[in-house]
Amino acid sequence: MSDWVEACDAEDIDEEDVMRFDHDGRTFAIYRSPDDEYFATDGLCTHEKVHLADGLVMDDIIECPKHNGRFNYKTGAARGAPVCVNLRTYPVRIDAGKILIQIG
Amino acid sequence: MEATLSAMPSRRDYSLLGRDAKRAVETGLSAAEWYHTDVPRKQMKELMKREDGPAIRDTIIWLGALILSGAGGAWFWGTWWCVPFFFVYGVLYGSSTDSRWHECGHGTAFRTQWMNDAVYQIACFMIMRNPVTWRWSHTRHHTDTIIVGRDPEIAVMRPPDLLRVVLNVFGIVDAWHAMTDMVRNAAGIISPAEKTFIPEQEQPKAIRIARIWTAIYAATIALALTMGSFLPLMLVGLPRLYGAWHHVMTGLLQHGGLAENVIDHRLNSRTVYMNPISRFIYWNMNYHVEHHMFPMVPYHALPRLHELIKHDLPAPTPSILAGYCEMVPAFLRQLRNEDYFLKRALPPTAKPYREELHNDNHAVAAAAE
Repeated sequence: MSDWVEACDAEDIDEEDVMRFDHDGRTFAIYRSPDDEYFATDGLCTHEKVHLADGLVMDDIIECPKHNGRFNYKTGAARGAPVCVNLRTYPVRIDAGKILIQIG
Repeated sequence: MEATLSAMPSRRDYSLLGRDAKRAVETGLSAAEWYHTDVPRKQMKELMKREDGPAIRDTIIWLGALILSGAGGAWFWGTWWCVPFFFVYGVLYGSSTDSRWHECGHGTAFRTQWMNDAVYQIACFMIMRNPVTWRWSHTRHHTDTIIVGRDPEIAVMRPPDLLRVVLNVFGIVDAWHAMTDMVRNAAGIISPAEKTFIPEQEQPKAIRIARIWTAIYAATIALALTMGSFLPLMLVGLPRLYGAWHHVMTGLLQHGGLAENVIDHRLNSRTVYMNPISRFIYWNMNYHVEHHMFPMVPYHALPRLHELIKHDLPAPTPSILAGYCEMVPAFLRQLRNEDYFLKRALPPTAKPYREELHNDNHAVAAAAE
């Protein structure tokens, strides 16, 4: 369970923004919060499989670009219709300026 | 009259439980990947940015005008002077709420979520749309815009039922359905069609709201009977009828006469330039192609989005009148040939349509007639 995978440079993501990361046939969303912390979740909305990386980050919320469903990207919790199912989250760490996520 | 306004039985099955619904799912037409104009992420983030200011300003104007016009109507009740006041009140109650319901349902009008929720609930009551049912129906409308059998919000089905359209200028058919749906929901019944788009855990909320609304309308009717006056109903309920005309006028233009079963909003939606008053009432939903393509962009940023992507969109319709001049003849032609539709022409600067994705041979032939 130590499947740490290098995703991108930490500076590749703007503050209060999100970036898509595809790996081994899976897609993830990596977030940089307004207070400069990094988080990762599954990349597709649990409602209709839309890429969250095209959505809007506001504080600790990611809003889906298709139907405006909301998740707390720090916890994965569904926070607003039409999403009802939580997002899966993944541990993130920064190593030498690189973002690594554990995708076990 | 109906015989002159109706055509032969449709080959289309608009039922959410019908043949075309199943076919749309099987063929991948439902929940498909739709065309989007390329917009750099940085610019899109700017456009998507949420603010409270514009919607607070507009809501103060809206509610202030609603209260003043309603008070004026009540003050002059029994004289002809009440007519202009109720004219304004009716549009603010029975039409402005269509766009407030819509924008706040998307959660884009305000940055602060409780403000979206509060205006959403008020607007839903006035426009007589159950806030739970319609949130989910509108979600489907954005997933499967004008896909036959999948979209529960197709305003004019083919062949067009023009009698229904005319009656709805006064909200008659919609309000009737809203009332019967409210009473049915209040009795604890969710219809099979509603069950196709409202998740099970949300259904009790729809029932609870319907019961609250039924109580409000019952109290209003009781007050009118006690007073021996229509005035309470002129203020609550009836404005959904006498003030509906503006939202019907603008709403029909959204998709009327355009293509069905395509997965490119440039083909099935219409952007119309409108006067500032209509744009205030309609909260800029006249930029309808832009809204469908990027529903994350708040109403107040849609003019900027339009300027940014108009090179990739069909030429906007220059006015409401121009919209009706193209749409009404299309409706009349669809009475004889339901495959007929208005095919949008893209400018040379636009990325071309992917015909193979979103047209069937019948539709192409009909458009080329």
